[in-house]
Amino acid sequence: MLEEIKLRLETSVPGCHPEIILNGSPSEQHSLLLDSAHAVDAATFLRDDAELRLDYCSNVTGVDWLQTETSHGYLEAVYHLYSMEKKHGPVVVRLRTENRTDRIHLPSLTPVWRSAEFQEREVFDLYGIIFDGHPDLRRILMWDEFEDHPMRKDYVEPDDYEYEPTAHDDVLTKAKQHAPQQQPE
Amino acid sequence: MDQKLRIELSKQGIVVTTLEELYNWGRKNSVWPMTFGLACCAIEMIATSMARYDIARFGAEVFRPSPRQADLIIVSGTVTKKMAPQVVRLYNQMAEPKYVIAMGACAISGGPFKQGYNVLKGIDRYIPVDVHIPGCPPRPEALIDAFMTLQKKIDAQTLTGESRPRHLHPDTPSEFVVPRFGAHDLEPPNNPQVFRILNNVDSRHAGEVDAGGN
Repeated sequence: MLEEIKLRLETSVPGCHPEIILNGSPSEQHSLLLDSAHAVDAATFLRDDAELRLDYCSNVTGVDWLQTETSHGYLEAVYHLYSMEKKHGPVVVRLRTENRTDRIHLPSLTPVWRSAEFQEREVFDLYGIIFDGHPDLRRILMWDEFEDHPMRKDYVEPDDYEYEPTAHDDVLTKAKQHAPQQQPE
Repeated sequence: MDQKLRIELSKQGIVVTTLEELYNWGRKNSVWPMTFGLACCAIEMIATSMARYDIARFGAEVFRPSPRQADLIIVSGTVTKKMAPQVVRLYNQMAEPKYVIAMGACAISGGPFKQGYNVLKGIDRYIPVDVHIPGCPPRPEALIDAFMTLQKKIDAQTLTGESRPRHLHPDTPSEFVVPRFGAHDLEPPNNPQVFRILNNVDSRHAGEVDAGGN
């Protein structure tokens, strides 16, 4: 199915070269990686094509890929698409930023699927991906003055473990750093 | 007054009491909570107010929709950091005498969300809590127990002298700092006026020494 969609995208959207990302887990939920420049055109095609009619975007989420030996790290937005009309899906579509620090812009797919609006705001809030073309890109869970992105893997949470009467594991380690005399030996 | 004489007099139809007793009796039996729920604990709080558990037996069935008319705030559920300033502001708006019950694991310590980034690790960081109830969520019986504990506490308060309640001390504050939204956390992360760690640790260590000695 994904191969077929890939071919159709390549013929119908000029310049679009989607890549199939294989999922090695037992679910085998493979996904389609779109490039930022053609993402909106490709998404519009997926929605409007008479055979696909992926008219429902059920879920948008983010993934933070840290720097590894082979890659410099990037952020991903993942869209799960279904067709209410044709009763098929999900088709998983991914968009990738260039890196994790300064080139973190992606085109917003909210103009294509309205249901992505709040979820893209959530991805912006928690992962820090900036969606160009989003009608109202504000933080949705954290307060406006907040500067971090809590779901990033290098996020450091505020250290408020001053008083831990029943600490164990990670909390115990943190509480000890706070007040070594607080914990019984 | 001698207890026996008092009982004897009451048999003759003479009631003797003190102003303090009368005052506390009235206060403890008309503690009106605020209509204020935060998470799943609020469902248990609602159940407590319904016919089966019937908190009306304790004179607390009148949930007031305004902090100005309420005596008690039941912090029932997870306090997110985004919500914490509003909880403190509601507490500040209540008229004295006012009481706080922290209901459930989240409200007393952050509960299962303790290690998260957006859950306050206990509402006692910002406002003085009178009764803590553990549980996830606590059953209505636990809330009733907390309520009876609060009633006992009110009943034991004297109107004069050192043991008089907080609101009758002219120096103690009745409003507390509303935390501001900071770049990484709430500012300040706790109110040292309310959240006293050292005292707790000292008393806890004293207890451990006693237990070890035995």
